[in-house]
Amino acid sequence: MSGGPQLVVVDYDAGNLMSVRRACREVGVEAEISADPARIRAAARIIFPGVGAAGSAMHSLTASGVGPALVEAFHAGTPILGICLGLQISLEHSEENDTRTIGLLPGEVRRFQLDDPALKVPHMGWNAVRVVRPHPVLAGIAETDEFYFVHAYRPVPKQRRHVLAESVYEGAFCSALGSANYVATQFHPEKSGRVGLRLLARFAEWDGRA
Amino acid sequence: MLSKRVIACLDVRDGHLAKSVKFVDTRNIGDPVAKAREYYDDGLDELVFYDITASSEARKIILDVVEAVAEQVFIPLSVGGGVRSVADATDLRLAGAEKINVNSAAVRRPALIAECAEAIGGQNVVLSMDIRRVPPTEVLPSGYEIVIDGGRKPMRIDALAWAREGERLGAGELVVNAIDADGTRQGYELPLTRLLSEAVRIPVIASGGAGAPEHLYDVLTEGKADAALVASMVHYGDYTVSGLKRYLHERGVKVRMSW
Repeated sequence: MSGGPQLVVVDYDAGNLMSVRRACREVGVEAEISADPARIRAAARIIFPGVGAAGSAMHSLTASGVGPALVEAFHAGTPILGICLGLQISLEHSEENDTRTIGLLPGEVRRFQLDDPALKVPHMGWNAVRVVRPHPVLAGIAETDEFYFVHAYRPVPKQRRHVLAESVYEGAFCSALGSANYVATQFHPEKSGRVGLRLLARFAEWDGRA
Repeated sequence: MLSKRVIACLDVRDGHLAKSVKFVDTRNIGDPVAKAREYYDDGLDELVFYDITASSEARKIILDVVEAVAEQVFIPLSVGGGVRSVADATDLRLAGAEKINVNSAAVRRPALIAECAEAIGGQNVVLSMDIRRVPPTEVLPSGYEIVIDGGRKPMRIDALAWAREGERLGAGELVVNAIDADGTRQGYELPLTRLLSEAVRIPVIASGGAGAPEHLYDVLTEGKADAALVASMVHYGDYTVSGLKRYLHERGVKVRMSW
């Protein structure tokens, strides 16, 4: 991987990439924002961020060739961190716009269906994250630590072993998932204060082995 | 479960922190970047900048402020004041704001909400509403009226209807700013906040009137708000963000206590 960029933040018209880059800089990693499939394939590690809707994001990923490059990088063993919509798109299907997504891991994305009318959607704000399967990138998260979430849909991995962490909103939902060299969070580490920055720092040092 | 949020609002005028009382008589009270950093270090959950810059030439200053803050404060940043178009919203987003507040311009042209939601995602569009108490009438059955242009212009639009319309148009969150309470430090307008929070499914931020810790407790419980916005009470050093959160935590309100 020599010669390629150290860290690429994938650009696919899906929101605030600058905040991810700023947070990486804060933990000492200079990130390159790129929509170039060649740069993504050559990257030593990749952050796949995103806010917005699955349908338009998937359209942009397909048209630009960024989607296939990500799948290739995943199979080549490049450490990848998905964030929020990035996580959701890495599963196979999203209820949002009934979208077929890139399918790094089996599973789907469903809208929150809550019984309690007092609970708001989107699930917006700070919530605790309970690690259910230890992972180097999620190491050191305390029970009292909270992360910032903004989402109306939740990931449902097909295989229980891919669920790395859970949070509670009425019921428990998967808030971090992963397999092999891929790890992803439904929350925004770049907007979660120091606990989030610590997670990014751990990803920057992760060798891609769970 | 979700924590209730404590949000600090910084009114920025020509690059300086200002504070208004009932929307007039603004005073210069310091450097917004330093204040933002101080509150972040003290456990603030979210930050709102309100650009009350008078002249259009000075408008670019808010972008510099947002950018400087975004480089050192890693919590959600929200900006409002004078957002009239998707281009305004996009400029602020590029500078580092997650959420964009729309207010007067959205009342004048409601399609602005849908346009911004389409461009930056509805969860990032905050409908900020300035509201005053009026005698209920046929046009204003809730007894709460929308006013715009910094509280100067009553619109004969019912606040309850406008909140629902804002949600329908794709806003991801509401700020309920009670003008009668603004700057008085006598407490939030609880009936109004509760009315609107129960009427929509999106989160509601209570604004205007906070002067003591129990005011936050009241609005987050009885007022059913998802977040409480504070300004004067922390800007002048009477209370700290961490002190307010500790108070809420001790009274059983779930807030983020680890940062």
